[in-house]
Amino acid sequence: MPEYTLRLRRYNPESGEAPHYEDFKVELEGHRSVLEAILQVRGEQDGSIGVRCSCRAAICGSCGVRTNGKPGLACHTHLDAAAKNSKHGENVIVVEPMGNMPVIKDLIVDMEEVHWKKIRRVTPWLVAKEPVPEREYIVPHEAMVDVTQTMACIQCGACVSDCLTMEMDPLFVGPAALAKAYRFVGDPRDAEQGQRLKDLAEDPHGIYDCTHCFQCIEACPKGVAPMSQIMRLRRRAGSDFHVDDRNNGHRHEMAFVKNIRKNGLLHEADLLPDSYGGKFHPRAVPELLSSLPVVLRALKTGKVTVKKALLHEHKASPEIERIFDTVENREVRLEYNLYISGNEDDLADDPADAVAPAATATLAPPVVEEQAVEAPPEPPVAEAPAAEAAPAETPAAPAPDAEEAPAADPAAEIEVEAPAEGEPTEGDTQ
Amino acid sequence: MPSHDVLIIGAGLAGQRAALAAAEKGATVAIISKVHPVRSHSVAAAGGINAALNPEDSWESHAFDTVKGSDYLGDQDAIEVMCKEAPNEILWLEHAGVTFHRNDVGQLGTRAFGGASQARTYYVADITGQAILHVLYEQLMKHHEQIDRYEEWFTTELLLDDSGNCVGAVCRNIRDGQLQIFNAKSVILASGGAGQAFKPTTNALICTGDGIAQAYQIGAPLMDMEMIQYHPTTLAENGFLITEGARGEGAHLYNALGERFMEKYAPNKLELASRDVVSRAEQTEINEGRGFPDGTIALDITKVPRKRTLEALREIVNIGRDFAGVDITREPIHIKPGMHYIMGGVKTDVDGQTPINGLYAAGEVACVSVHGGNRLGANSLLDTLIFGRRSGEHAADQALSKAMPSTSHSKIADTQRKFDSILNRDAGGRRISEIKNELGETMNRYAAVYRDQAGLETAHEIVRRLKEEAAVAPVDDKGTVFNQDLLGAVELEYMLDVAECIVVGAKERKESRGAQFRTDFPERNDAEWLKHIDVSRNGDDAPSVTYSPVTITKWEPQERTY
Repeated sequence: MPEYTLRLRRYNPESGEAPHYEDFKVELEGHRSVLEAILQVRGEQDGSIGVRCSCRAAICGSCGVRTNGKPGLACHTHLDAAAKNSKHGENVIVVEPMGNMPVIKDLIVDMEEVHWKKIRRVTPWLVAKEPVPEREYIVPHEAMVDVTQTMACIQCGACVSDCLTMEMDPLFVGPAALAKAYRFVGDPRDAEQGQRLKDLAEDPHGIYDCTHCFQCIEACPKGVAPMSQIMRLRRRAGSDFHVDDRNNGHRHEMAFVKNIRKNGLLHEADLLPDSYGGKFHPRAVPELLSSLPVVLRALKTGKVTVKKALLHEHKASPEIERIFDTVENREVRLEYNLYISGNEDDLADDPADAVAPAATATLAPPVVEEQAVEAPPEPPVAEAPAAEAAPAETPAAPAPDAEEAPAADPAAEIEVEAPAEGEPTEGDTQ
Repeated sequence: MPSHDVLIIGAGLAGQRAALAAAEKGATVAIISKVHPVRSHSVAAAGGINAALNPEDSWESHAFDTVKGSDYLGDQDAIEVMCKEAPNEILWLEHAGVTFHRNDVGQLGTRAFGGASQARTYYVADITGQAILHVLYEQLMKHHEQIDRYEEWFTTELLLDDSGNCVGAVCRNIRDGQLQIFNAKSVILASGGAGQAFKPTTNALICTGDGIAQAYQIGAPLMDMEMIQYHPTTLAENGFLITEGARGEGAHLYNALGERFMEKYAPNKLELASRDVVSRAEQTEINEGRGFPDGTIALDITKVPRKRTLEALREIVNIGRDFAGVDITREPIHIKPGMHYIMGGVKTDVDGQTPINGLYAAGEVACVSVHGGNRLGANSLLDTLIFGRRSGEHAADQALSKAMPSTSHSKIADTQRKFDSILNRDAGGRRISEIKNELGETMNRYAAVYRDQAGLETAHEIVRRLKEEAAVAPVDDKGTVFNQDLLGAVELEYMLDVAECIVVGAKERKESRGAQFRTDFPERNDAEWLKHIDVSRNGDDAPSVTYSPVTITKWEPQERTY
């Protein structure tokens, strides 16, 4: 049986000692979990090791930690997979408490102080539509399957741990709470979808604060894909409920779309003014002026040249237009959903089986048809933002969707995945 | 000293439902849990919740299936209450926000489940418990003004006043070690089961029988403790649960010869016979050499259409992949019977009242008894919610007409002394983890699917010895902040008390009924044993046995075949 070195970050507020690392030897098969290793050490060597844990099977969400720097559940991280990524020596596994939350003791962090406060920020309960029916609400099966992806969140905090935006802006509502918000915005029984979206779009620490770093998608052990849910909140807010947020978030996204459609590659000199309605929009003037120092610095360091700034030589290829056409001509918006279509690799193995018919002809990844959106309960702000470049079905996310890349070529995916069949892959456990 | 009308210990489905019901009645409520409420083990309930809600279904049909499933040991008055109230409870949950999956016309959808004559199991994929638990917690957050939450507080003892009424509990704030008396007019135990007394088990590490033992220690009788459910489909290596929903959706069981062996044991219901029947069938196949070399049976979920598996059994796709290295949509997964649930618990009436005035119990900690000798799948969530709510309502009504009792602070000093004595134990004794392992393996060997007198005697002797060893087992952690080591020592004592009661009940019942199969008494014997076995503490540390009658309303015992 292989021997691992478990290097635990220890901290006891009563000892007066600074946090430090302590090594323990543990013999366990490689497919056993990091949690089992911690519990073996705690049982046999040192009962004072602090770690929250309960179900051992990635259901209760107690044992969020960082293993060799990666956030996730200790019970859901295999020893061999963790050791393979170790930068600390052969079979050395460093286990630390999650980030972005204060440490109480050893691997135990104060989730109440950060995570749960943020959850409470999003009115985390159903505001049921009136009148409440005598029996159940009649809603489409697909809508309930769709929100099951966010119901699958176990509140472990792994996404919060490594949220880069939260590191810069501790007030950011954050991936877990925003995914929770989608659980209500996507629920046809909720009466306040419009108010929820407006609230989260207008909040400077809300949906437009996310920088699409994908860390939360990587971190989530349950496939909730918090960032995807944030993007869906944005699409609902901007395109369906026409929320013209004061953070300029929606207009910025539309400027991205316009920019890419025109240039194929991002032309940054156009992006900023377009985000404010164009170079000559009154709103753009102060913003552009305030950006001057940044522009000057960029010129000075050679990051941009005057020529490049004014003349963007890259032009969009017909392929780009074809993608726009395909997406815009769909009758319904397609969205990624694990509960309907499985993982990317599930799809790659067997696309016909897993994908809704509408999606098979497109580049789309696992998909669900977005529920037809009802008319917003309140008249939206009249101004139609960047309407010329923003058809309602356009996915507004400026970064390429994570899901789309791997699934774009199912054949390649099959080749990659085939050897690993029947065995948990490295990625599975993180 | 925090004082509330109703104090609830445990924040799984039963506890949270009780809190909401009591608050709705206008009572002030405290809910205490040793873990954050959403970590409670209700989160692991997968397959669904039963109710006769379809117009073609009837509560009588649901009740009869439950009575038959219980092998006629369930109390029929309680079963009637549960099954009659089930449809409204489902609708209450739906209105509160539970995202039940729908049928193709948008109404609540159902799936088939074991031991049921109709598809009446309502579900959210295979995370039904999680979905309901999280929605109830949403409601707790919403009603925070009436319900005080004490998250990560460990209850050490229930308090009685001089006249024997339960008036509160002593609890330790896990975060800083502070002891606190919670004063209350009514106390509801909702602290779950005791699966950790077995190894392996599907139960979480927190399921250490705290409430069962605490009630036992103050003299409350425990009922049906011998009835331990072994779930037919658990992973051999670690005991993890593969939901019965898999078989409900159409999965088959095969032995190593490729035979669909349930044809022999339950020709009508096959894989969807009740759990005790399927587990015994599997164990028989394994014992008679028709299992796989690792002592398992094959569960073939590839019979279920792949798209349906991905949509409705997502969680076990993950469990198979992450914890067994198996893609269940493409190949069979190896399983065996594993300890899952305790039908027995603190004896209560249909309002959750125990024989101790002011003390209620609901959920797995309690025994109403609606499950009798064997619980049907998807009846446990229903049990927690129906009797959680009824306890909450009754406790609130009682409390609103009573004055706040006074409790003496001296109990804190007593508890502190007890903790100090644990902290000061000599280093020489056996480690807690060793004792716990031996307990789990002993119970899983002698108090499992098949039992006999000699094995149970052996188990009892071992448990008695382990009790002595546990009393001197040392702890490493001497601190106050998150001293999980110290609490582990207390939990070990709880588990040993519960284990002893299980073994005593199993020894006492000299027949085979429901989950209890005695190889030395292989027949059900209604003439002598159609009765509950109650175990209580008689002053010193030894359990004593009495009997109580089974309530029969409509359904006379008959032969039980599936």
